Amino acid sequence: MMEFMEGSHAVAHSVKHCRPEVIAAYPITPQTHIVEALAEMVANCHLDAEYITVESEFSALSACLGASAAGSRVYSATTSQGLALMFEVCFNCAGMRMPVVMSIVNRALGAPLSIWNDQQDSISLRDSGWLQFYAEDNQEAADLHYLAYKVAEDRNVLLPAFVCFDGFILSHTYEPVDMLTQEQVDSYLPKYTPVQRLDSADPISFGLFASPEYYMEFRYQIDQAVKGAAKTIASAGREFGEMFGRDYGDLVESYRLEDADCAIVAMGSICGTVKDAIDEMRKDNKKVGLLRLRSFRPFPHKEVRAALSGVNCVAVLDKNVSLGTKGAVALEVRDALYGQQVPVLDYIIALGGRDVRKKDIRAVVDMAGQGKGDLFYGLRQELVS
Amino acid sequence: MISLRELRIHGRGGQGSVTAAELIAVAAFAGGVYAQAFPAFGVERRGAPVQAFVRFDNQKVRLRSQVYEPDYIIVQDSTLIRDVNVFQGLKKGGIVIVNTEKALTYPIPEGVKVITIDATSVALKHLGLPITNTTLMGAFAAASGEIALPALEGAIRQRFPGELADKNIAAAREAFEFVKGVS
Repeated sequence: MMEFMEGSHAVAHSVKHCRPEVIAAYPITPQTHIVEALAEMVANCHLDAEYITVESEFSALSACLGASAAGSRVYSATTSQGLALMFEVCFNCAGMRMPVVMSIVNRALGAPLSIWNDQQDSISLRDSGWLQFYAEDNQEAADLHYLAYKVAEDRNVLLPAFVCFDGFILSHTYEPVDMLTQEQVDSYLPKYTPVQRLDSADPISFGLFASPEYYMEFRYQIDQAVKGAAKTIASAGREFGEMFGRDYGDLVESYRLEDADCAIVAMGSICGTVKDAIDEMRKDNKKVGLLRLRSFRPFPHKEVRAALSGVNCVAVLDKNVSLGTKGAVALEVRDALYGQQVPVLDYIIALGGRDVRKKDIRAVVDMAGQGKGDLFYGLRQELVS
Repeated sequence: MISLRELRIHGRGGQGSVTAAELIAVAAFAGGVYAQAFPAFGVERRGAPVQAFVRFDNQKVRLRSQVYEPDYIIVQDSTLIRDVNVFQGLKKGGIVIVNTEKALTYPIPEGVKVITIDATSVALKHLGLPITNTTLMGAFAAASGEIALPALEGAIRQRFPGELADKNIAAAREAFEFVKGVS
């Protein structure tokens, strides 16, 4: 049913539908309305879950890790500095193959302190072994949680997953969202059955010491699982599409790319503005298209290569920067296009909440046409010279 | 074909500008319009200038930037006009609703329609508090035609409990009738 909701509340409702058994969160800035709403649902007996308020984000994810090891479906949400504090536990969740699902409401990292949106937080965890999905709108932000649990808990995957959506731009925006019913979600997402779990009757251990004879094989298997998750995403995403009409089987979305000369590559809410800008540019006979990445981990190298095979230039919008080199998306796209002659230009954009308008997208396309790129877009020169 | 229309609300922290944007959008959605409402994201402090936005369209709104060229502007507090260029970017033929008990002495851009209403007095009369957002929603419904009064009343009732909803609806209605009378 179509409901008019704030992004955070839409996500809270979809998480509720996933029937998490343990939720742990640290309720301080930076936090969101998601866990606030979930706490209310638990307190009012609308959700049968153990809600653990902890003393830090480190503890929040540690509690999720422990509960997941005990065989529960678990959930947390965080953002920016909160995620940074979870860094160590993030690697442990992936290493112990715990299918924890966490919403990342994307925000900038300090210093300088910023409460505003960019994607530096989740991107900085790109090497941790978590799957990373990025939503364009609140519908997708809500739906991707169903997909995330389905994929994460699949016995061929068994990895934790981030569902990333842009802080404020989506989390604080009210718009229509088609909310599934509990029965619909139940028919898609079965009860979690752990492959292995902590059990005093049949004791096992997770995350033990691995000497040099074993460590690399563990890392190799995690790497294989991340790469292999693409197959599970495809089947789980198609199944979702068949059941509810919204297909998430593709790791990328192409928009007006068929005959495009210039392709923009981006992730998240900025893609809405990009699509509107593309429609305008098309009216001026500028052949521009968009390749939107819904999954950043696994990274869809093959799909990127196929989608961008016919274009003359690629402009990547990065809401993050790997300081000292480029944006993380541009680096991956260049890797995907290695050996092809198409120039890939990077634009670091919208860091720390700087607003992006359609005219900015047009300006980027113009710059890309002139071969000008690999820069921070829209800098206030008087502040940096 | 009528396409995207945009509203920008100027207020001060504590005046309920974000709630106004939300409830206007709820009312528009109830009327079958695609709506999107969001605040200008900032560090909110009581009394500081704040903005909130609403987009209306007959199709899905994909655009995520802030509103720079609105069709409609609501100014909750006329003292803001000294500090903030509240008219900035207003489209020709656009409508501005200003809460003030005096005639405006500020230069008004050409080709725009300005409606002044003493929303503070209306709010004080019905609510006993100078919280003007529901009053100005009624004025907006009458001036813009974007939302119907019953839909607005429904949105207010959904948000506020019993008697408080009645009072806010009475304020919205009075403003609606007032603007219908002057425009």
